[in-house]
Amino acid sequence: MVFRFRRPPEHQPTAATVELEHVWVYRKGVPALEDISFRLERGEQVAVLGPNGAGKSTLFQVIVGILRPQRGRVRIYGSGPDRHLCIGYVPQRNQIDWRFPVTVWDAVMMGRVARIGFFRWPGPRDREAVAQALAEVGMDAYRERQIGELSGGQQQRVFLARALAQEAELLLLDEPLTGLDVPSQEALLAILDRLRHRGISIIVATHDLGQVMGRYDRVLLLNRRLIADGPPAEVLRPPILAQAFGSHLHILPLPEGTVAIPDTCCSNREMVQPLVSGRPGRDRP
Amino acid sequence: MVRALVAAVTVGIVCPVLGTFLVLQGMAFFGDALAHAILPGIVLAFLVGWPLALGALLFGLASAVAIGVISEREEIREDTAIGIVFAGSFALGVALLSTVRSYATDLAHILFGNVLGVSDDDLRLIVVLGILVLLLVVLFYKELLVMAFDPILAVVLRLPVRGLRYLLLVMLAITIVASLQTVGLALMIAMLVTPASTASLLARRVPSMMAVAAALGVASNVVGLYISFYLDVASGPTMVLVATAVFLGVFAADPRRRRREVHAAMSPGPLAPGR
Repeated sequence: MVFRFRRPPEHQPTAATVELEHVWVYRKGVPALEDISFRLERGEQVAVLGPNGAGKSTLFQVIVGILRPQRGRVRIYGSGPDRHLCIGYVPQRNQIDWRFPVTVWDAVMMGRVARIGFFRWPGPRDREAVAQALAEVGMDAYRERQIGELSGGQQQRVFLARALAQEAELLLLDEPLTGLDVPSQEALLAILDRLRHRGISIIVATHDLGQVMGRYDRVLLLNRRLIADGPPAEVLRPPILAQAFGSHLHILPLPEGTVAIPDTCCSNREMVQPLVSGRPGRDRP
Repeated sequence: MVRALVAAVTVGIVCPVLGTFLVLQGMAFFGDALAHAILPGIVLAFLVGWPLALGALLFGLASAVAIGVISEREEIREDTAIGIVFAGSFALGVALLSTVRSYATDLAHILFGNVLGVSDDDLRLIVVLGILVLLLVVLFYKELLVMAFDPILAVVLRLPVRGLRYLLLVMLAITIVASLQTVGLALMIAMLVTPASTASLLARRVPSMMAVAAALGVASNVVGLYISFYLDVASGPTMVLVATAVFLGVFAADPRRRRREVHAAMSPGPLAPGR
């Protein structure tokens, strides 16, 4: 019998994993998300593509339940996001305090805290979940490493393992491939491919067009509003991309075909805002 | 002397253990501010005849709320809000205390401690409060750890974030009250932060960091107490000086320098500067 603060809601069997209906989010009076509606079914892997400032992080916050939309509804397996433990969030690497004295094992075990419940210690089931999650991402050999000693790709995998240890059925990955070299990117994508067969739904947010080609069931093109939602072949076309990327998209007609190159890059200032209201004394950027 | 010793040992365990959470979250300034901000609570409780702990707690919570309200405004940063509340509250406390005749001595004791003046009743309270805080740390360890490491994860896991934040605050206020006579409000921050900071240079994981911090806290306090006794110098400050000397020693010895150098050579690091 686990003493948990509140019981997680039942997953309604016919409900979509995620359903947004006409969601509007305002930040300081300005719309950050405009009239967003979409459905994600179990096992789907989609990319949310858009330039910096497009609202990708805001979208994640709304799905997780950190933010409540001013208008519209968010449904996770048929009920609001609150109390659901099945949503795993893999943060951007620059949001983590890598100097924190925790090992890989410790970091992944944190994902189990809700399942363990209050006033209890990790048990054999929890240790097994952590070990399995680490094996899934190939980080088992690094259990005892302090997280700051890892490479970027390894850090990303640790936080993915944390979401898996949490028994998440919906994974939200925020710019997971940014700053990773190609072998690390491929390693991570291979893991995501394996997860597909477990019925885990995945949403990857990225501003990098190149990462999206040829991989996802669907692409959601976002720039405050949902500009397109469909198979990559339909969405990843210059006239549609131009609506999202605007002047940040360079279209080159080449003999082989038209090439579209976005020039968005680097730091995503959106996420640098404290998502949970700041703790007293905590440094703010 | 025995009572002073027991008080010093208790405080030497409890402050660094709780202080570990402060150090890990960069809350040192907040801890210092809270210690000062509860002065009016203590003085009022004293004047009215209430338990000091109660006055301290009430003012601790009031200060935290005030900081929250002031920093809601865009124009005021959180650390500024903390500074304002801390100084204002402290001034209120000193002003209130100045209405009492033994003002000067009382103030010195409140600010810098008076461990040799600990009575049996005082000691009982110190030990009980100390055990209470340690118990709470044990009971809520994993939740507090998640809050400290990744507050977003705390929300994702549906932990009662607000409750946990207040819990930490309450534990801090109780710790400050328990340690008041031993080290005083002005130097409370050192007791909370210094041994834990030394431990952060030595330990790789949080439980061992707490254990090392507690060991260092006890050692500094006991050694400091004896030195102060034989040199006839104020005890609280001496304990702090010993703890600080230990920190500087460990810092200079730099036990993990080699590992840092190796790590820096191996990878340029994807970490964003400043975080």
